[in-house]
Amino acid sequence: MELDSLYQEVILDHYKNPHHKGLPTGAIQVHHVNPSCGDEITLSLAVSNGIITDLVWDGVGCSISQASSSIMSDLVVGKSVDQAFSILDEFSALMASKGAMVGNEDVLEDAIALAGVSKFPARVKCALLGWMAFKDAAIQADISWRREQ
Amino acid sequence: MKSVLDVAAIKADFPIFEQSMRGGKRLVFLDSGATSQKPRSVIEAESNFYYTSNAAVHRGSYLLAERASEAFDGARSDVAEFLGVDSEEIIFTKSATESLNILAYAFGNPRSARCVGPGDEIVLSELEHHANLIPWQELAKRTGAVLKWFSVQEDGSLDLSNISSVITEKCKIVAITHQSNVLGSIPNIAPIISATHAVGALFVLDACQSVPHMPVAPRELGIDFLAFSGHKALGPTGVGVLWGKSDLLDGMQPMLFGGSMIDSVTMTDATWADAPKRFEAGVPNMAQAVGLAAGLKYLQSVGLEKIHEWELQLTKRALDGLREIADVKILGPQSLEQRGGVISFVIDGLHPHDVGQVMDQFGVAVRTGHHCAWPLIRKLGVSGTTRASFYLYNDMSDVDVLLESVTAARDYFRKR
Repeated sequence: MELDSLYQEVILDHYKNPHHKGLPTGAIQVHHVNPSCGDEITLSLAVSNGIITDLVWDGVGCSISQASSSIMSDLVVGKSVDQAFSILDEFSALMASKGAMVGNEDVLEDAIALAGVSKFPARVKCALLGWMAFKDAAIQADISWRREQ
Repeated sequence: MKSVLDVAAIKADFPIFEQSMRGGKRLVFLDSGATSQKPRSVIEAESNFYYTSNAAVHRGSYLLAERASEAFDGARSDVAEFLGVDSEEIIFTKSATESLNILAYAFGNPRSARCVGPGDEIVLSELEHHANLIPWQELAKRTGAVLKWFSVQEDGSLDLSNISSVITEKCKIVAITHQSNVLGSIPNIAPIISATHAVGALFVLDACQSVPHMPVAPRELGIDFLAFSGHKALGPTGVGVLWGKSDLLDGMQPMLFGGSMIDSVTMTDATWADAPKRFEAGVPNMAQAVGLAAGLKYLQSVGLEKIHEWELQLTKRALDGLREIADVKILGPQSLEQRGGVISFVIDGLHPHDVGQVMDQFGVAVRTGHHCAWPLIRKLGVSGTTRASFYLYNDMSDVDVLLESVTAARDYFRKR
């Protein structure tokens, strides 16, 4: 069934047991919503010397948005902001591909399971919700760290 | 039992049902609460205007301009006749949203005969769609007026037990929906209208979900203003209606200024035409108004009472069926009392988007999310709902596919 390409096992696993989900308490906190459906995410992270050292998020949303936030967290924690942003760029390109790309597993790891989302334009925003919150927070955290030095 | 409507014949009038959806499935359109599909007569009326009559109305001394004016004025008469009101009381807007904003702007303008000020009260309900909420919120912010509202109860009705403390002498405007776009509940507006007029306030009815689906007579209801959107009533997008009592409209300042809406203009000043032209600045949405009139004619030919009765039959079957599916919870009214053909439900543990995605595989079109009524969704304590809304082109087999697809959605995520 076409649905199985959207709801891959990996996605449902992350949905049921999301990683890095908890109570965001860091100094840098962002809150993003998807106004068309009401999904929300609060995300906090810490950047030290250009490296993302910690990330916690909480939110309500569909399986795609929750799984995507979980996968994103795994991918970016421990990476440099620059590395994380290049992963984000690659993921954004995959989401914009309308089903034409499969994604580079070396870079995107579990996130390639979200490739099927790109065939459902209405769901792309779900998949990007957590990533956009991350981008927003990472920029703020990086600026904040530099200022403190 | 003989069906109230000949749905097969009706469906044949709507070309959109001729195509198939994902996987070759037929279209089961259960999102008429968001927008209705269009019969051929509406599509043709709109396109025929462009083929034969297109010119700017109410100006130009040539034959086409006369035809355009005749068609546009005729559409206004048709809408007036549909509601049982006078033509001069019908204002064509781009949407019900614009209709309600025109009111909110007029009541915020000190040059209007009726205007709200600091400490005055505006009364709404928790059922309201954003279109009948935010314009009033903004009016309150601009003027220092205070927003008050009736609370919604679990069965989707409004709690009127405190009506005398909600509507007081300070109240200037009461704006309430005729039917919830989320729950389908029809609030008991009669006592609210009486209370409104008892304190000398004005009553605005958001009739977006009622006018397309049941007989609505503003004069019999005793209301002051009514708004509805054309595209939910078989008409084209880009046209809505504002009805208001003539004496009230003539005391109101317009929201948009420009051509067509004036009486006289100098370099420093201008005066306004009477309603409805005062509120229709610019070359209007002529083809859309003509299309809407064709849509309303179609509804009249079928019969609004029959449409309402049929929708309730569909709703009954859907409510009974949904109740049989474990883990499904129907929100709002559980019976056919005081409701229309809109049902919101949630499946325990599943997000509405995921539910809607599986239903799409069955060709079922439903709305998922907060339905532009976020405060109501928060009050219901859910993140969103899945909503099925019925119309005259839906039949019992559509309900069966709805139930099949809901069961499949539940099972799809359960087993994995």
